[in-house]
Amino acid sequence: MIVFVTGLLALSGALLMLIAAVGLLRMPDFYTRMQAAAKAGTLGILLIVAATGITLGSVSALLHAFLASLFFVLTTPVAAHLLGRAAYLSGVRPWVLQDELAGRYHTQTHELGSGRAPTASLPGIDQAEQASS
Amino acid sequence: MSSFLLNVLLALIWTMAVGRFTLQQLVLGFLLGFLVVAIVEPLQGTSRYTRRVTRGLRFAAFFLKELVLSNLRIAYDVITPRLHARPQIVAVPLDAQTESEITLLANFLTLTPGTLSLDLSSDKRVLYVHAMYAENPEQAINQIKQGMEMRLLEVLR
Repeated sequence: MIVFVTGLLALSGALLMLIAAVGLLRMPDFYTRMQAAAKAGTLGILLIVAATGITLGSVSALLHAFLASLFFVLTTPVAAHLLGRAAYLSGVRPWVLQDELAGRYHTQTHELGSGRAPTASLPGIDQAEQASS
Repeated sequence: MSSFLLNVLLALIWTMAVGRFTLQQLVLGFLLGFLVVAIVEPLQGTSRYTRRVTRGLRFAAFFLKELVLSNLRIAYDVITPRLHARPQIVAVPLDAQTESEITLLANFLTLTPGTLSLDLSSDKRVLYVHAMYAENPEQAINQIKQGMEMRLLEVLR
């Protein structure tokens, strides 16, 4: 019974990773690719780690599996976030219907405006650029 | 916090009463202790600890559900020939105030349905999010604010 459950977990995990890989190839632009990789990849890894922990069965293995999943959940979004920001700043145009981020970056300092009432803490924002967005 | 200490103390007393100091007994004692605290705390006037823990558990369940659903949705989109995504980058005005609240929100958003947090405005009032499955920006913003942000802030505050 346990073998069946862990087998199912590991298989669905591997399947998700495969789908993430196919998604990397099939998605139309950088950002949608990041979506496929960040999500399907994370859940795939979590399932496989869970299957491993349950198969080994000891308390230390389970704790290690828990720690590993925790680290994955904490680090993957940060990596995806940094890659997305870096791509946007280096000029990778997104394939989107609407881009509310366009023109909000200060061209030199990369300070990011909020598009709300301008605050005193943001003297560097180019007003003309903000108005055009 | 004293309620949490009481819970830990009850767990330790349970392991002593059973006479076996194993992880299973400690976990069981903690669960039983939590039941006791959940009954006792309202009598003291405040039930913050109980409420936070139950909300935390509900948030964990909600998050797992969303994680699985978002994965199935993206997997379906990848496998089937037509692309159903309507990607857009929206500016989400934040209710979250502190850095830790915003960090957690951004991380959880990246892990759940078709949303990927791209950047935070320098004055920490707006989070820019790449959303894949929403009819229009207003709907995307509403989904984020009423789904993830509201539930997360419920747990943290």
